[in-house]
Amino acid sequence: MAIWLTENSKIIVQGMTGGEGTKHTRRMLASGARVVGGVNARKAGTTHEGLPVFGTVKEAIEKTRADVSVVFVPPAFTKDAVKEAIDAEIPLCVVITEGVPVHDSTEFWAYAVAKGNKTRIIGPNCPGIASPGASNAGIIPADITTAGRIGLVSKSGTLTYQLMYELRDFGFSTAVGIGGDPVIGTTHIDALQAFQEDPGTDAIVMIGEIGGDAEERAAAYIEEHVTKPVVAYVAGFTAPEGKTMGHAGAIVSGSAGTAQAKKEALEKVGVRVGKTPSETARLMREIMQSR
Amino acid sequence: MDLFEHQAKELFADYGIPVPRGIVAHTVEEARAAAEQLTGRVVVKAQVKTGGRGKAGGVKVADDAADAVEKATAILGMDIKGHTVHKVLVEEASAIAEEYYFSFLLDRANRTFLAICSAAGGMDIEEVAHSTPEKVAKVPVSALTGVDRAKARDIAVAGGLPEKALDGAAELIEKLWCAFVDEDATLVEVNPMILAADGQVKALDGKVTLDDNATFRQSDHETYADKAAEDPLEARAKEKDLNYVKLDGDVGIIGNGAGLVMSTLDVVAYAGEAFPGKPSPANFLDIGGGASAEVMAAGLEIIMSDPSVKSIFVNVFGGITACDAVANGIVSAFKLLESRGEAVTHPLVVRLDGNNAQLGRQILADAALPRVELVDTMDDAAKRAAELAAAGV
Repeated sequence: MAIWLTENSKIIVQGMTGGEGTKHTRRMLASGARVVGGVNARKAGTTHEGLPVFGTVKEAIEKTRADVSVVFVPPAFTKDAVKEAIDAEIPLCVVITEGVPVHDSTEFWAYAVAKGNKTRIIGPNCPGIASPGASNAGIIPADITTAGRIGLVSKSGTLTYQLMYELRDFGFSTAVGIGGDPVIGTTHIDALQAFQEDPGTDAIVMIGEIGGDAEERAAAYIEEHVTKPVVAYVAGFTAPEGKTMGHAGAIVSGSAGTAQAKKEALEKVGVRVGKTPSETARLMREIMQSR
Repeated sequence: MDLFEHQAKELFADYGIPVPRGIVAHTVEEARAAAEQLTGRVVVKAQVKTGGRGKAGGVKVADDAADAVEKATAILGMDIKGHTVHKVLVEEASAIAEEYYFSFLLDRANRTFLAICSAAGGMDIEEVAHSTPEKVAKVPVSALTGVDRAKARDIAVAGGLPEKALDGAAELIEKLWCAFVDEDATLVEVNPMILAADGQVKALDGKVTLDDNATFRQSDHETYADKAAEDPLEARAKEKDLNYVKLDGDVGIIGNGAGLVMSTLDVVAYAGEAFPGKPSPANFLDIGGGASAEVMAAGLEIIMSDPSVKSIFVNVFGGITACDAVANGIVSAFKLLESRGEAVTHPLVVRLDGNNAQLGRQILADAALPRVELVDTMDDAAKRAAELAAAGV
């Protein structure tokens, strides 16, 4: 079992014919994911990587019954691509594109809400979602881990990979990279809720980083709703105030949003927080071994 | 990117928002000329990208040009929360009847925009928001519907502004919304927004933060960059498209992925506590997922040119670019730097993990690069890098 992405998921790629789109379509196919086509209005009717290219998301869904879209289009076109996916009511839209202006992500989020939230958006600026052994939508390396019963939700790409790799002997039901931007479609809380409800997930790893108060809100949610064990890691304890460290969201201003505040909020509700990625993996290992 | 007050006000003026007449001065002489040109009472305001400027003595009223010279002499060169004052804004003094607070910003938690408005503006707004939150209106604004004149008026009413200020405030707020959207800002703040003695509503101060992700469609934003305040190493890194931030310590850090590098900084700082002098990270440098030889060489070059660096920690997780490719990148980077006469002389600790880690480690071992040590785990590698920095070799 897994959340949001299963072996039956049919994936289309918006921006499949571009450099990144081509490279990762190949990788997704090689990992066994069912990629069924791509979207590019200017190349409609052609084939690319052996897959049909459609003019619109709507047409792609009609022809292939796709239920997942992965977006690789450049930042300037991302807003329109996501709105198109929302209009076509695709159940899951994974936005990999990095560098999307925050006015654009705020607008497509408002648009999704106005249209009744029929499309789950993951990202932008995220590595995507992988259910090892079942499917892979995005750029998470497929071969670093195995299928298992740990769920993972993370703001950071490489830290996701690090934990997936360290815990590869136990394996994962699903790993979701939600992205580090200030405005994102799927939050820690959304993933925690889905993992709590997923019979294929026994325990959850949550990775956060400085900026915003998403981890604090996740802690409040865990206290109320999550009974499965949660282990967390927060990056950025020693980051200086007011300096952006690569992720638009990873900026500390004032007292809120610090790693220390997040750690304390999580520990207060019984979440064990690792000091380093390896210690976090060790904490999860203990939980899985005691089951 | 944050703007200086004078830049924010120039931007406001472009959108038809009333601001006082003002002139930027970098020297005392320029301040005198500005005051003479403006005539009458002026305000001399330190231009620094931080709050609390008024309370620090960075804003002073001057009665005439001679007084402006005195005030500018006191303010120029002043240190305000670690920011040196390199320029002042000399502005005509406004006859203030009332002071309000207004801002548009991004509400991350609710994934929408927010208007904040209060009749209790001025320097103590944070205290007001804390002790009497009911006096500060927070009105969500949808990115789809935005702010028209009627909505602007509603916000002003919610903030408790008096009847006599509503028309002027609504006009200012509507124009400010246009600036917020058209300029891809994540914050526009006017504190105080004043009702002048003549009944006009004006922006007496301005804070603007622009979204760096929007530079591709805001080409003129580049002119706002504050080259003088930029760290020279950060400026060089930027030219090479490297995601580099200078820090205070002595262990140079290279890694792939923002989260992993941030985590590396933490792990090195923890490890450093056990060694004399408590070595800590000298920088943040994210070379991205690819980690090609060229990028690795450019990164090593920047870090080695930082005189405070005593050891270097390369922390890479091999995902899409597997560890053997990263190892080859490091080997080529060493050759590339050597051919340019900039051979690596610092001790270098490398931790490779992930896909093809064994192969990557073998490649580095076979290359027998001088002063390169391989350590298997992130925690142990951080310890070794800190130890080497403490030894100060």
